[in-house]
Amino acid sequence: MTLDRALARSLLKDMLRIRRFEEKCAELYSAGKIRGFLHLYIGEEAVAAGALRAFGPDDAILATYREHGHALVRGIPAGAVMAEMYGKAEGCSRGRGGSMHIFDAKTRFYGGNAIVAGGLPLAAGFALADKLMRRPRVTACFFGEGAVAEGEFHESLNLAELWKVPALFLCENNLYAMGTALDRSEADTDLCEKARSYKVPARSVDGMDVVAVMDATARAAAEVRAGGGPQFLEFRTYRFRAHSMFDAELYRSKAEVEQWKPRCPILTFTNRLKMEGLIDDPGLAAIEAEVADEIAKAVAFAEAGSWEPVENLARHVYTEAA
Amino acid sequence: MSTTYRDALREALREALTRDQRVFLMGEDVGRYGGSYAVSKGLLAEFGEERIRDTPLSESAFVGAGIGAALNGMLPIVEVMTCNFSLLALDQIVNNAATIRHMSGGQFSIPLVIRMATGAGRQLAAQHSHSFEGWYAHIPGIRIVTPATLEDARGMLWTALMDPDPVIIFENAMLYNLEGELAPDAGAVDIDRAVVRRAGQDLTLVTYGGSLGKTLEAAAQLAGQGVSAEVIDLRTLRPLDMATVLGSLAKTHRMVIVDEGWKSGSLAAEIMARVMEQAFYDLDAPIARVCSLEVPIPYPKHLEDAAIPQVATIVESALRTAARHG
Repeated sequence: MTLDRALARSLLKDMLRIRRFEEKCAELYSAGKIRGFLHLYIGEEAVAAGALRAFGPDDAILATYREHGHALVRGIPAGAVMAEMYGKAEGCSRGRGGSMHIFDAKTRFYGGNAIVAGGLPLAAGFALADKLMRRPRVTACFFGEGAVAEGEFHESLNLAELWKVPALFLCENNLYAMGTALDRSEADTDLCEKARSYKVPARSVDGMDVVAVMDATARAAAEVRAGGGPQFLEFRTYRFRAHSMFDAELYRSKAEVEQWKPRCPILTFTNRLKMEGLIDDPGLAAIEAEVADEIAKAVAFAEAGSWEPVENLARHVYTEAA
Repeated sequence: MSTTYRDALREALREALTRDQRVFLMGEDVGRYGGSYAVSKGLLAEFGEERIRDTPLSESAFVGAGIGAALNGMLPIVEVMTCNFSLLALDQIVNNAATIRHMSGGQFSIPLVIRMATGAGRQLAAQHSHSFEGWYAHIPGIRIVTPATLEDARGMLWTALMDPDPVIIFENAMLYNLEGELAPDAGAVDIDRAVVRRAGQDLTLVTYGGSLGKTLEAAAQLAGQGVSAEVIDLRTLRPLDMATVLGSLAKTHRMVIVDEGWKSGSLAAEIMARVMEQAFYDLDAPIARVCSLEVPIPYPKHLEDAAIPQVATIVESALRTAARHG
C-alpha cells in the first residue's frame, strides 16, 4: 500500500502510543502503582499497530496477556486501560483483570487471556458463530509463538480449517516463550509449516515493519472475510524488554538484544518517513506531545479512580438478576 | 406416555433446536453415529450438518469453540462423551467459561450448555467410569445440574440454555435406559431447587443423579424395617439448595449422604460441612456418608459393584445412623 501522510502519521502515532504508554507502565510498576504481572510489548508495536487496521467494529479481537498495545490501537480509551492496570473500578474490566485481562464489550475486545493458547479454541467458536449466522465478520486471534507448542493450537487450526470458519490466526513470534527459545522447544521451528499441515494458508511477515504487517493482514483478512476459511500469519518480531517485571533475562545475551535494537519498528519507520518526506522533526514532536498528553490524562484518570467496594467482591461471578 | 431417560433428553434437544435458531449441538459422534449413548440419534437427519456437528477428538478445541460461539451470540450445546474425557477440556471450562464474566467485570455472558455422561456400573474400568460432578461443583462461575428423573432429563436443558451463564449437565450413564411415564406436555423445569422425592420422618437421605434410584430403593427397604426415610434429590450441585436439605434435617435430625464421588473432598463432604456450620444443633447423630471407595473404578463386576454406593450399603448406613443415640 502507498503511504500517504495521514496514514503514515497514524501508524507512527499508534506505535508511539504503545511505546510511551508502556514506558509509563514500567515506571508506575517501579512506583508500586501497578502490581502483579506486567508484560511489556516494547519492540513489538508494529504488529498491533499494523494488523488491527484490517478489522472493523463488528469483528472480534482476542489477544494474550501482552495486550496493552492491541487494546490501545483497538480504541479502548487509554484511561480505562490504565485504570485497569491500577486495579481501579473505572478500569475496562472493573479492575478485576489487571494488566493481563483487558476486556471491552464496546470494541469487541475479548481479552486478555493469560493461558497460552487459551484463546485459540474461543476464536474457532467465534468464527463458527459468524459463519452459522451468515455474518461477514472476521475473528482476529493474537498469540505468541509459545502457543504453537500447546495442543490447543493444533486442535484449533484443524477445527477452523475443517469447518472453514472466518478466523485469522496472528502469531507474534518474538522468539522466546518466556525464557525458552523457539529452537529449544520446537523440533521444527518453521511455524508456517505447522499451519499448512492443517491446510491453513500461512505467511511469514517481518513483524518489525509496520507497513508489511498492515498489508499482509489486510490481504489475509479480506480473504478470510470473503469466505476462504482461516489463515495464519507469523509476524517475526522481538521483545526488547524482559518477559515480565520479574524476569532477570538469564536466557539471552545483552548483545543479542542490542543487535535487534536497530530494527526497532518506531526507529526504522520514522527514518523511512523522514527520508520520504512524510514527516519532519516538528511533526514528530507534535505526535510525541499528543501522545504524552493522552498518557498524562490516562494516568490522572487512573489516579482519580476509585477502589471497588469489598462488598462487591462476589459480584459478576454469575449473571445478576435484572 | 412411556419413555426413557435417553428419549427424554433427545426430546429436550429437539425442542431446543426447534425453538431457537441460535441453538446447535456439537461433540464427538453426535451426528452420523447418533451419539455414543444414542441420545442425538436422528437429529442429524432432522436438523442438518450445520446444527448437529460432529467434531474431531479435540475436547479442548470444541469445548472452547462452544464458549467462543456463546460469547458471539449463539446458544451452543456441547456434548462431551464422558466426564472422564472432559478433563482434556478442563482449561477451557475453568479458565475461560467459569472465569471470563468475573475477569471482565461482568461484561460478558456465556450461555453455554455442556452435557456429559458420568458414573460407573457398566464394567468400563477406570478411564470411563468416574464421577467428576463434585469436582466441577467446586468451581465458581458455572452451574452444575444432575438430572436423575425423566422429568429433569426432559426439562433441565431448556432452562440451562436460557441461563446466561455456563451450565454443565451430568447424565449418569446408568440412567439412559431408565423407563417410566412422562406427561406428554412435560417441559422446562427449574434448575435451582432440590426436591424431596420421598417423604419420611426418621432420617434424611441426601443424594443426586445415578444414586437417586438406589437411594429410593433403600428407603423402600428401610420402610419395611420400620425406618421412615426422607429422600432428597439435590438436582443442582452448584449452587446447592441447602434450604431444602436443612428443612428436612430440622424434621428428621439424622442424615446420610449418598454420593458416587470419592469420599475425600467430595460433594458429600461439602454438604456435611455446611450442615455443621448451619445446623449443628439439629443433629441427633453424626452424619454418615456412602461414597465411592478411594480406588480407580475397576473392571470386574464384583469389584466395581463393591466400589460404588449400592442399595445394601445405603440401607446399612441408614440403619446405623437411625439407631445411634446423640
